[in-house]
Amino acid sequence: MSAAASYPTHWRRPPAFFGTRRRYWLFIGGVILYFAWSLSTLNIDVERMLAGLPRALDIFARMVPPDFSKGQLLLKGMLESLQMAFAATLIGAILAVPLGIAAARNIAPRPVYLAARGFIVLNRTFHEIIIAIFFVKLFGFGAVAGLLTLALSSWTFCGKMLAEDIENVRMGQIEAVRATGAGFAQTVVFSVVPQVLSRTVGVLIYRLDANVRHSTVIGIVGAGGIGQTLSASFSRYDYDFAAAILLCIAALVALGEWFSDWVRRKLR
Amino acid sequence: MNTATAAGAAPVGAPASALLRVQDLVKVYPGGKRALDGVSFSVERPEVIAVIGSSGAGKSTLIRCINRLVEPSAGRVWLKETEIAGLPWRELRRVRRRIGMIFQEFNLVERLTVMENVLSGRLGSVGFMASLMRRFPPQDVSGAFALLDRVGLDGYHDTRADALSGGQRQRVGIARALMQRPDLLLVDEPTASLDPKTARQIMRLICALAQEHNTPALVNIHDVALAQSFASRVIGLKAGGVVFDGPPAALNAEALTEIYGAEDWSQTIRRVSDEDDE
Repeated sequence: MSAAASYPTHWRRPPAFFGTRRRYWLFIGGVILYFAWSLSTLNIDVERMLAGLPRALDIFARMVPPDFSKGQLLLKGMLESLQMAFAATLIGAILAVPLGIAAARNIAPRPVYLAARGFIVLNRTFHEIIIAIFFVKLFGFGAVAGLLTLALSSWTFCGKMLAEDIENVRMGQIEAVRATGAGFAQTVVFSVVPQVLSRTVGVLIYRLDANVRHSTVIGIVGAGGIGQTLSASFSRYDYDFAAAILLCIAALVALGEWFSDWVRRKLR
Repeated sequence: MNTATAAGAAPVGAPASALLRVQDLVKVYPGGKRALDGVSFSVERPEVIAVIGSSGAGKSTLIRCINRLVEPSAGRVWLKETEIAGLPWRELRRVRRRIGMIFQEFNLVERLTVMENVLSGRLGSVGFMASLMRRFPPQDVSGAFALLDRVGLDGYHDTRADALSGGQRQRVGIARALMQRPDLLLVDEPTASLDPKTARQIMRLICALAQEHNTPALVNIHDVALAQSFASRVIGLKAGGVVFDGPPAALNAEALTEIYGAEDWSQTIRRVSDEDDE
């Protein structure tokens, strides 16, 4: 390599996302300016924040010791939350299978794909809380509204995850099964299902865990479960009972997380 | 095999004797690439036919147009007396189960067992519930065991496909294709993912089984020497058209230049001695 000396010795990675270095620095400058402007207009009142501190201490003081004397009420709320979470996950999972297949670009016909994706996007536009408020208006206070909320969001969530897993399968394996003369359903059973099964079970367990957490929250807008009990105790300044509820929710969520971790470790 | 699917009498232009007949086959992909530009040939007897040509010459498109994994733009294909082009979906499934296919990347369903992969060759002949419950007819199960033994994988039936080596995977792929008891084998670059020795073993196995089952095989292959030593007929494709069709012995420097372009071919053209490397 006698000509080595004439080659450049300096090289830098071309800017990937912004195209040019100028645009990159313009973007960084813009972010800094926006942040400064936001801080100056938000009226962050340090005095008010400090005034909140003694009130927080007061609430915490009244939370101790937690009051477990209304165990019946507590247990009923927890069970309702759990039942909501389990039933909603099951309903969502069953409905998610056809939705996931329909929303997979690589195996569904184009119009079916577009309709299914549209449905998913529309559903995911609204947070669970908003859907819960709507369902409480439709079906009244209680667990029915909560169950329907969680089932609807589990349906679209699991459907979307399943569709994305199906879109990532190896097409060669599908092609090979198709080439044997298998029909559509057989192709799904013999080449798509084996490729997505373990990931899908993982998603379901994760969703069950998430539903347990969500079920404790949506009760606050009246959709049943322990959240409704919690919300009622707060509005009655019943802080020691609220503390007992919070402890139980924490224990339940931790248990759910541990269970979902354990199952997904087993799946690998 | 089920011959009741044939639409009436033998169609005009298809000689009754032809096992496979391809006529003026054209494929234009969306975007305008003309992959096949009027390919015609016919297979009169069960033999191994090597299809050679540079990358992009249309080899893969050709065999995928025959079982319509790729939809041809124009032209006609007959498998024995059945015309494939234009068949409705249900009829197409019937024809596909008469055509076995072997792939470069093996395309086994990796999380399934070897047995499930081999039995998937019968999917065209069993109902949905039976395939869901993996309840295959006894003669299919014994046939699958026999084929596994024949391809040298006796005892591997419960192994998951992703635990096999490349050569073993291709043997499962071969068993799956033959499980269909096919009238035609389509073989797409069967050796391109294998080492030279395994490649020769696999080619030898495919040729032997094609002969045992009296089935013609259309084999896309990159390796000219391998094509020459195993095929009894060679079809050369160039830019979507047939530029050579003859015995491997006729494949001289002139023919190779016509197929692939100018190059020093003296090292390529030599009959590789078919030493026993099993």
